[in-house]
Amino acid sequence: MLKAVILIGGPQKGTRFRPLSFEVPKPLFPVAGVPMVQHHIEACTKVPNMKEILLIGFYQPNEALSRFLISAQQEFKIPIRYLQEYAALGTGGGIYHFRDQILSGNPEAFFVLNADVCSAFPLNEMLSFHRQRSDPDSFIMLGTTANRKQSLNYGCIVANSDTHEVLHYVEKPSTFVSELINCGIYLFTPAIFHHIGAVFQRNQQELLLGACIGEESTNGWQRAEAIRLEQDVFTSLAGQGRLFAYKTEGFWSQIKSAGSAIYANRLYLSCYSQCHPERLAQNRPGGPTIRGNVYIHPTASVDASAVLGPNVSIGKGVMIGAGVRVRESIILHGASLQDHTCVLNSIVGWESTIGRWARVEGTPSDPNPNDPYAKIDSETLFREGRLTPSITILGCNVTIPAEVVILNSIVLPHKELSRSFKNQIIL
Amino acid sequence: MKALILVGGYGTRLRPLTLSTPKPLVEFCNKPILLHQVEALVKAGVNHVILAVSYMSELLEKEMKEQEQRLGIHISLSHEKEPLGTAGPLALARELLVENSEPFFVLNSDVICDFPFTDMVHFHRHHGKEGTIVVTKVEEPSKYGVVVCDADTGLIHRFVEKPQVFVSNKINAGMYILNPSVLERIQLRPTSIEKEIFPVMAEQGQLYAMELQGFWMDIGQPKDFLTGMCMYLQSLRLKQPERLHSGQGFMGNVLVDPTAKIGSNCSIGPNVTIGAGVVVEDGVRIKRCTVLKGSRIRSHSWLESCIVGWSSCVGQWVRMENVTVLGEDVIVNDELYLNGANVLPHKSIAESVPEPRIIM
Repeated sequence: MLKAVILIGGPQKGTRFRPLSFEVPKPLFPVAGVPMVQHHIEACTKVPNMKEILLIGFYQPNEALSRFLISAQQEFKIPIRYLQEYAALGTGGGIYHFRDQILSGNPEAFFVLNADVCSAFPLNEMLSFHRQRSDPDSFIMLGTTANRKQSLNYGCIVANSDTHEVLHYVEKPSTFVSELINCGIYLFTPAIFHHIGAVFQRNQQELLLGACIGEESTNGWQRAEAIRLEQDVFTSLAGQGRLFAYKTEGFWSQIKSAGSAIYANRLYLSCYSQCHPERLAQNRPGGPTIRGNVYIHPTASVDASAVLGPNVSIGKGVMIGAGVRVRESIILHGASLQDHTCVLNSIVGWESTIGRWARVEGTPSDPNPNDPYAKIDSETLFREGRLTPSITILGCNVTIPAEVVILNSIVLPHKELSRSFKNQIIL
Repeated sequence: MKALILVGGYGTRLRPLTLSTPKPLVEFCNKPILLHQVEALVKAGVNHVILAVSYMSELLEKEMKEQEQRLGIHISLSHEKEPLGTAGPLALARELLVENSEPFFVLNSDVICDFPFTDMVHFHRHHGKEGTIVVTKVEEPSKYGVVVCDADTGLIHRFVEKPQVFVSNKINAGMYILNPSVLERIQLRPTSIEKEIFPVMAEQGQLYAMELQGFWMDIGQPKDFLTGMCMYLQSLRLKQPERLHSGQGFMGNVLVDPTAKIGSNCSIGPNVTIGAGVVVEDGVRIKRCTVLKGSRIRSHSWLESCIVGWSSCVGQWVRMENVTVLGEDVIVNDELYLNGANVLPHKSIAESVPEPRIIM
């Protein structure tokens, strides 16, 4: 049997996702109509003999997460549990800490998925690739191609082109190493814990040594357990004949900034035409005009004269008035778009209201469409002291008056604006 | 009576509109700028209008021929081969102006107001001296040259350029009535009437100021063109409210040509002029704009403080603001945002213009 672990992080992570992560843990942020992490769960449930899915992170137990777990278990008919770390233990420390939980029931192997990626999740392909290896204890890492420049922002893999063995691994190098990058999706056998355990032992010894020479040693045992899979484990596993890279041609992107949520929304919507055609809105008599891929929650009310798409997700209970235009945007639940508004490249927060003839517009941060291997740039918010033009984000319960324009701006929650804003963060 | 209108050159300040149409023919509140003046002059008894132009335009000549017939007056073009300033053109047109001994009008062509031509004639005859100039009150006189005159009689004492301390709030409104004798003061060379002729006349006690009642605006550039439109429409509201459009979806002072078509669920006004044959589709919001002849504004667009040039098309969900001016036959694609764009004629715009600039 198989298991899967999804690393969902915690509130200290995902700050680049603010102000949206104030309201809901980032893994639950809806992308293409469902919580981000539900795409992972769904992919796991399509692997035969998958028996349990574990979410590991350091969020305090909260209602949103509990409700999600209940509904996901009902929908996918599989046990899904949340295991809370006592502190941020890193990508390796969390699974090591909960190794007994993961290993209970003796899974032959388990997947580990980072929550903040969007992907076609070729888990079955990874599994058959694993079974083709001569060594039953081989570990598989999903890789994809990036361009030379952007590869420096990722974990870089050098693999043997015949055997696919990982010969060298380096996280975010400062000079070019390889165009093959780590997708943050792995298939491990229980033997991985020997390797993580070795790092733990080493960390602990170093800490003891440090304590002897008078270094600060408070929470030393905690720090020994903070282990990064990428830097601490893969780097030393490379070249030992155990770690292999499975290269995917399917779509993949990180979801770090809110801008990348718009991109991920588009990627998932485009694969709905294959895997979930029922989730895509159709042009129907008496319904709104739909252009390209659009998700509309069944409880949303959309005027027939509205024009939506491409790449739009409309959440629960959203009200869309007459003559409204929405393109390349996510409208979160309970938001209200009054008549003739125009929303482009934006995320409209929960319960927000946009007045008549207002325009809410952002600048897309899409990867270069002419480079098939280009990834979304994980832009910093500011460049040379100026806000980088990005998508416009309205936090929860923001009110935009009629007839104004909000351009390339971020509006923090519960704000009632009274005029137009451009290229600003509005506290 | 005769009148000389200083039309001048290419009207570069009102580009891109004047790249397609000579400035005097650009419609202000659905009537060519020049006709506002000429019609008012005819009412005051003028039967010969001389246009002092520094470039020749077939379009202007043709239009003036038609207006000659319609109004039953004579219209001449006086063509200066080199720039002659504001006084030189009077010397150039001397032959026409001295046909009789009557005083004549001189006007700057960019001025819009309730033209007080009949009052000017009375005022001028009453004081009996060589010249009368119309003055208007402004809030910030330090930006202009001001006129210092006798409060009761209007006798002008002197002119002060951009005064640093308050001396007067009255400025030259660009409308004069002059006796033919003034022509003896002007030579055929580049001369400024304001700086070289009037101060001398004032010194000699030959120049009077008549104060203008009501609004006044120099509409020579797009920003002021729109401000002038607001003033003109408000004056229509007081004098001929029946010419303004009202009803559901219309707010404030709105002038709509009878051949224009306005869709449903629109919100038009205040201060909007819609020209002949214009089509405004459903759900459009327009305020403080002039939409010139033959244009189309597609549904759900939002326009504020814009001039839409002739036969242009503004796409769906377009937002245009901040004195965006479209030249003739401009196409703005759907869903774009134009902020202070100045678009030259025959352009198709496919990208937003978030900050003011000229689109060649």
